[in-house]
Amino acid sequence: MSEITNDHLLSRLRAQFGEFIYNESTPYELATIVLHKDKITEVVQWLYNDPEFKFQFLTTLCGIHFPDATGAELGVVYHLHSLTNNQRLRIKCFMPVANPTIATLSSIFPSANWQERETYDFFGILFEGHPNLKRILNVDEMDYFPMRKEFPLEDGTRTDKEDQYFGR
Amino acid sequence: MSTDINIVQAPPGIEGPGFFATSIDKMVGLARANSLWPLPFATSCCGIEFMATMGSNYDLARFGSERISFSPRQADVLLVAGTIAKKMGPVLKQVYLQMAEPRWVIAIGACASSGGIFDTYSVLQGIDKIIPVDVYVPGCPPRPEQIIDGVMKVQELAKNESTGRRNSPEYKALLASYGIE
Repeated sequence: MSEITNDHLLSRLRAQFGEFIYNESTPYELATIVLHKDKITEVVQWLYNDPEFKFQFLTTLCGIHFPDATGAELGVVYHLHSLTNNQRLRIKCFMPVANPTIATLSSIFPSANWQERETYDFFGILFEGHPNLKRILNVDEMDYFPMRKEFPLEDGTRTDKEDQYFGR
Repeated sequence: MSTDINIVQAPPGIEGPGFFATSIDKMVGLARANSLWPLPFATSCCGIEFMATMGSNYDLARFGSERISFSPRQADVLLVAGTIAKKMGPVLKQVYLQMAEPRWVIAIGACASSGGIFDTYSVLQGIDKIIPVDVYVPGCPPRPEQIIDGVMKVQELAKNESTGRRNSPEYKALLASYGIE
């Protein structure tokens, strides 16, 4: 049904922002680009306003952590949806863990507000310009970002899981 | 008339024409044990089992727990049924603090007892990390029969509790170990 193909979408993006797009692919027919993180608001605003594409719905936004990718350990993945064209686009932005900052999308999509708070809560990614960037799901006193891979998933206070019962 | 109705028997004592003598412990214990008002603190599937326990099939009211108290100030037994996230821990503790003595706590199910399958950073690994627990009911979730068994265990505790227990140094030390005055 979609009249706008992924190739057309990617070629127009390439023409507009080519030097900031590091990689593009279409796994499972889902158009995906890896974008320079400083360009995120500009690109998303352009996709939002474009009379042809009309990417006016933010499906989801989440964090991701690759500890071995030096200089690009943390990432944010955006899924945009054009309800008019029934077309999707995935945008990935990566940043170093030492300086995990990226611009907020909450001025374009109000629903990004809590999703960015959640991503901050679990990955420690700082969304610059966010109106209320504080923890949303975890306890306020938590002093780390639990979805980063260096932190153990299991709770340290567990007392009934002795190693001998699990063959360890 | 059915004959298999059980009525609570009077405690052992001295009976004569026009009088009955027993100790105050036993009288108070009898009254408390058969009018325990539960406060359900239900957060997940164990709470559904507790609803079945209160329903007409299992009917916890037969044991004197007809009146569910949703105010901690009038409740005698706190039934914690479900996973308690660490963020909810202070809320649970506050509910416990608002209950008047004597108070009992039942941890219903694996999550309330030990964290259950949720061995993770966000879940409290058993409510006994923050409040003292009298009876643990195992199961994931436990059947209503098991919950009734747990309530009957609390009835036994209430029946046999000595008058001064809540003022004893041991009990105060127990509360102090949880940081409760």
